Amino acid sequence: MYEPKENIQIPENNYNINDHSDEHKDFLDMVKRKKVYVRVTQIAILIAFFVAWELAANVGVIDPFITSQPSRMMRTVVNLHRDGSLYVHIGYTLMETVVGFVLGTVIGILLAITLWWSDFLARVLEPYLVVLNSLPKIALGPIILVWIGAGPQAIIAMALIISLVVTTIGVYNGFREVDPDKIKLLRTFGATKYQILQKVMLPASISTIVSAMKINVGLAWVGVIVGEFLVSKAGLGHLIVYGGQVFRLDLVMTSVIILAVLAALMYQFVSWIEKKLINWY
Amino acid sequence: MVTEDIIVSLRNVSKKYHSLEGETEAVKDLTMEVHRGEFITIVGPSGCGKTTLLSLISGLFIPSAGEILLSGETKNDTTGHVGYMLQEDHLFKWRTILRNVLIGLEIKGALNAQSREKAKSLLHKYGLGDFKDHYPHQLSGGMRQRVALIRTLAIDPDILLLDEPFAALDYQTRLKVADDIWKIIKKESKTAIMVTHDIAEAISMSDRVVVLTKRPARIKSIHNLDFTCEERTPIKCREAPEFRVYFNRIWKELDVHV
Repeated sequence: MYEPKENIQIPENNYNINDHSDEHKDFLDMVKRKKVYVRVTQIAILIAFFVAWELAANVGVIDPFITSQPSRMMRTVVNLHRDGSLYVHIGYTLMETVVGFVLGTVIGILLAITLWWSDFLARVLEPYLVVLNSLPKIALGPIILVWIGAGPQAIIAMALIISLVVTTIGVYNGFREVDPDKIKLLRTFGATKYQILQKVMLPASISTIVSAMKINVGLAWVGVIVGEFLVSKAGLGHLIVYGGQVFRLDLVMTSVIILAVLAALMYQFVSWIEKKLINWY
Repeated sequence: MVTEDIIVSLRNVSKKYHSLEGETEAVKDLTMEVHRGEFITIVGPSGCGKTTLLSLISGLFIPSAGEILLSGETKNDTTGHVGYMLQEDHLFKWRTILRNVLIGLEIKGALNAQSREKAKSLLHKYGLGDFKDHYPHQLSGGMRQRVALIRTLAIDPDILLLDEPFAALDYQTRLKVADDIWKIIKKESKTAIMVTHDIAEAISMSDRVVVLTKRPARIKSIHNLDFTCEERTPIKCREAPEFRVYFNRIWKELDVHV
């Protein structure tokens, strides 16, 4: 049903399309050029960084045993790829992050709905939420370990717990910002509480929910890597800790770079979902 | 004393608000009747309890004392028997115009092919047919307010409650939209109870103007309006010779002190 906004506004902008004055053409070119400059510079920085790193290590300005270097990282990736362990580690970490992220987001939203539903509960739980929110969740790591046992479940629990309270508080506050007159409007139609939730609270809070999701992606990664530091026998966090312990900085650096790429991809994915949601909304 | 003709009847209605600081009496011992098909406007000093009165009639609030009869029956809840139009249009930006108009029917569980068609034909009738698949942000303020009215008409209420429905519009738009809305209400032969603090707007649109006292609200005076103009629309009324007379009379009644 949704038509992109640009399409609808075409009638108003017609003069821009049919009647390119030279000045306007120059303007469009300028905008396009600026965009290209920014992108080219971004890529140049990246390349320059890796080239400088490689050269500095080759010339001996830095010690590749401590700093590693791009060519050694490439070799590490190839080796990990050959014995197949690359995909095992990435698979574990990715699975734990995605599951932790989804659980944290879904349970967080459900808790926010519960708090909105029952004002009594919201008042009772308020001080506990404040404490839980300020508590560094990583401190709970050992407890989770003892209770759940060393393994992916404990790591998922870590990712879940780290994003849960933030989501709950964020979404609940979003609910409370919904215009009371919109709720009044629905009540004049005789809406039930469930209908108010479904017809106004949730759709009006989409942007809050999406920003909670964006924060949660980052938090889920923190939870998973910390979890893997503590317990795991597989995963990128495990590779980093193990590499550090045996002084194989190639392994550590490689894992960090892979992690950066994965985290960026996941963030892009959430941004893509955001776009879809905003369009629908 | 209940006659067929009386659609809303308030009998000795009082309403108190409670807070930790104490209780506030918003409406006190108010008795009033509204006839079917009438356009009645309530004016009064700001904060005098006008909106409370509408909330009572709509069933959003239960009176502390007295009773409210709609078509001779007591209503204890909001069942969608009245259409309520608020100061802003409150169209949902994630819904198309048509789906905004249908929301009342959805909530009442009355959405079917027939009621959907009726909603569509209302949009067509009042010049919004081409916009039914648009989103609210693509419409002007006046059009949005018309959509808001059609949203309340879609559930086919007997009574329309209008709470300063034009307050969010600029002055020129306001005159035009008031005219449009008035015409639609008359065409659909609905009973309307409007709250405003714009005296001119009250006079130009209504058959009767009720002036309330300061809080707690009681009726200070009721003015039956009669115009000599040939076509009784809000804009034409403003040109009628009686307009100024009513204006002065009501203005004095309101006893505005700055």
